[in-house]
Amino acid sequence: MRWFWYASPQTFFPLAGTIARWCGLAAAVLAAAGLYVGFLVAPTDAQQGEAYRIIFIHVPAAWMSMFLYVVMAFWAALGLALNTRLSGMMASAIAPTGALFTFIALWTGSLWGKPTWGTYWVWDARLTSELILLFLYFGFMALKAAIDDPRRADRAGAVLAIVGVVNVPIIYYSVQWWNTLHQGASVSLTKAPSMAATMLAGMLVMALAFWLYSIAVSMVRVRAIIKERESSGSDPELAR
Amino acid sequence: MSEFFAMGGYGWYVWGSYGVTFALLALEILLVRRRAREAKA
Repeated sequence: MRWFWYASPQTFFPLAGTIARWCGLAAAVLAAAGLYVGFLVAPTDAQQGEAYRIIFIHVPAAWMSMFLYVVMAFWAALGLALNTRLSGMMASAIAPTGALFTFIALWTGSLWGKPTWGTYWVWDARLTSELILLFLYFGFMALKAAIDDPRRADRAGAVLAIVGVVNVPIIYYSVQWWNTLHQGASVSLTKAPSMAATMLAGMLVMALAFWLYSIAVSMVRVRAIIKERESSGSDPELAR
Repeated sequence: MSEFFAMGGYGWYVWGSYGVTFALLALEILLVRRRAREAKA
């Protein structure tokens, strides 16, 4: 791979289109498979009944909300360090999707909390830090939208994104550091998952589907941003 | 079939989660494609 070749928005543009098509297709297939496993294969939970089926979207959405923030901050930092044009565009392209998954994690968590905890919302460390993540996404987008010069907006946004990244480990470890109502991780890299194999499979397939969806949508959005920003010249590559 | 949609009494919570999630994802696809289409090269 010629990385720096693709660091130019014009050369990345057609590649982004190809990535978007294939990832979008794969995401649709995996989402269908994930829903099939989640609703028709995975058994009813002994304690939570059918309400637990919300976790098939809640947990993957929550993972994506944190992962996308880190990726967004990575691109923002890269743009700040190397002054590459595409980096800031990538960070901008990821932010709305990250915010969307953060909202979905909060929304589904709330609808899961009501039947299982007896409340839609509680100010515990996990829920509060996830809400702060949503505000960080909003802040990042608002700040960038408020500055007319795109290169200056990229730099200002990058600083905010990098500072905000401290919130991600706080979200992840909040269930260990504080006495939260939110349960600890059922799936982690360090120990065996504490759930049935089919439940775990449904969750992982959905996570993969959300992951590919995020790539596809970000790629379409970065193409739009490239077009919007590079509109001055008449580049035949961007007309496609 | 109606038993499936009832979700053991948790229908509102389960379908409220899935409905909003997939509606928002569909909306994002719609909006991002329109933005890409309307952006001038």
